[in-house]
Amino acid sequence: MSTLLEDQRIVEFDVRTDEMLVNMGPQHPSTHGVLRLLLRTDGEIIHECTPHIGYLHRSAEKIGENLSPPQWIPYTDRMDYLAGMNMNLGMSLALEKLVGMEVPEKAMHLRVLIAELGRIASHLVGMGAYGLDLGTFSPFLYAFREREIILDLFEEACGARLTYSYLTIGGATHDLPTEIEIPPGLAALTGRPMDTRLQWLDAVEMFLAWLEPRIHEYHTLLTRNAIFIKRTAGIGAMSRETAVSYGCTGPVLRGSGADFDLRRDGESIYTRMYEGYDFEIPVAPFKAAPREAVLGDNWCRFFVRMMEVVQSIRLVRQATEKYLAASGTHRVPYKMSNKLPKDEAYLETECPRGQMGFYFVGTGNSEPFRARAKSSCFCNLAPTAELCEGILLADIPSIVGSLDVVMGEIDR
Amino acid sequence: MTAEEVHAILLEEFGSESIVDLKLDAIDPWIEVRVQDIVEVGTFLRDDERLHFDHLNDLCGVDYLEPDAKKAKKFEHEPHVEVVYHLSSVDLNHRLVVKVKVPRWHDGVEGQLPEVPSVSDVWKIADWHERECFDLVGVHFTGHPNLVRILCPEDWEGHALRKDYEFPLEYHGIRGK
Repeated sequence: MSTLLEDQRIVEFDVRTDEMLVNMGPQHPSTHGVLRLLLRTDGEIIHECTPHIGYLHRSAEKIGENLSPPQWIPYTDRMDYLAGMNMNLGMSLALEKLVGMEVPEKAMHLRVLIAELGRIASHLVGMGAYGLDLGTFSPFLYAFREREIILDLFEEACGARLTYSYLTIGGATHDLPTEIEIPPGLAALTGRPMDTRLQWLDAVEMFLAWLEPRIHEYHTLLTRNAIFIKRTAGIGAMSRETAVSYGCTGPVLRGSGADFDLRRDGESIYTRMYEGYDFEIPVAPFKAAPREAVLGDNWCRFFVRMMEVVQSIRLVRQATEKYLAASGTHRVPYKMSNKLPKDEAYLETECPRGQMGFYFVGTGNSEPFRARAKSSCFCNLAPTAELCEGILLADIPSIVGSLDVVMGEIDR
Repeated sequence: MTAEEVHAILLEEFGSESIVDLKLDAIDPWIEVRVQDIVEVGTFLRDDERLHFDHLNDLCGVDYLEPDAKKAKKFEHEPHVEVVYHLSSVDLNHRLVVKVKVPRWHDGVEGQLPEVPSVSDVWKIADWHERECFDLVGVHFTGHPNLVRILCPEDWEGHALRKDYEFPLEYHGIRGK
């Protein structure tokens, strides 16, 4: 690549004297973790951008070959650490597909409830951190205040706040908690005394009732903010064809106008979890879009996430009802010594950042012969080089932020 | 569209020399393609109106080898490397698994990476996936625009997902074990 230092085009007697190499990252605050972008710039204009990844590579796939699948689950939530629940779910479903396991109805609704709460938490960070990239600090604080309550609720359910390993093969490690002490953040926000005791599901509903009317406040802070629109609308536009060819998924794909969501269009082992649920899939273009916005730009990708939060709130409410009415247990046991069949299975699920795929090859041992995690952010980051050509240096955080990548998942 | 129907279309187009195998009793039925034809078959899969596999979900390599001599007797596969392509169509919403099989080493010379034609001109994401597959599984993708390591450092030795990979004892003064 010509952004290598020995590039012969960059010599002193070259006509383009302003041309220089700028190294952005891997410790740059707005590159979302350890992403390194090597830029060839002419003044403020980017001529070429080469992403370098791998700084967080922890050999997760090699480790997976030496562990029984239940032991590998804690490694999956350390990939996309902002949506650990969804990662656990994706891996569990892929293995259930391989061994042909049926999950009880109650566990399915529990999974939907937890996964959609996880999606809300993840999109809140996506939204808040994106504002931070563009220089507005307040949405980030609001987003973290809200996310904190979800983390408290998850902590009640499984004891962990970030790396849950809660949803596991066959269901979830524990059933949902019953009576809990009110999470401190929720008590402060709703003005209830700190020692209130209530049902976990009631706390979830209390939080959703509090969150829902506040979404329009985020829209005032960001979506309809004139500066935010100037920084996002019409920048980083990616056509539907480009997005599909680059394997982009999730909000990036839907922001480019493709109506595709695995919760509706996926394989039956995944979609049957969402059967009977009423939800919409937000797809660009939007009626609410500002005049400057074009299909597939930063603003569209951001807005897809905002709209998905509303849908997830609906899904959590429906899941609560269905969970209470469901029969069966929260888990069917899976032994670590279970032998995997001599077959292979690949399954993608809709994680907040896109379609996360897991691929297992079994050869009759309890450890998979090959454990593969296909990262959605890996594919979402790939078009960066193309998107960043010919733009201004200051627009790079805007584009990379709108792709909402988590480096832990890219590097695995 | 099922793998069986896709297989029939491919057989008609390319013949049984290129479309080597079809396995229907697997969980995800797969089609094996002769390695030198993967680019033509891939382009056809993407462009044919009935198939329209425009989305390469995943590309990964699997090294079939059992290094443990005791377990090797029970191991059912001949030593080889597979490159697995998971395809889907965003418009038509169907899926397909395509495989190519190559020997573990090119011409049987240990250290010479097996060669598979690159599909990075067919699906753009294959560029990065193939770099990762080269990096970790050790498959040389011929015709790739920039086949360098993507996750490991450039001076890393060996390919970690090979089953006979030896863990390095030292890297730039950092002890391995």
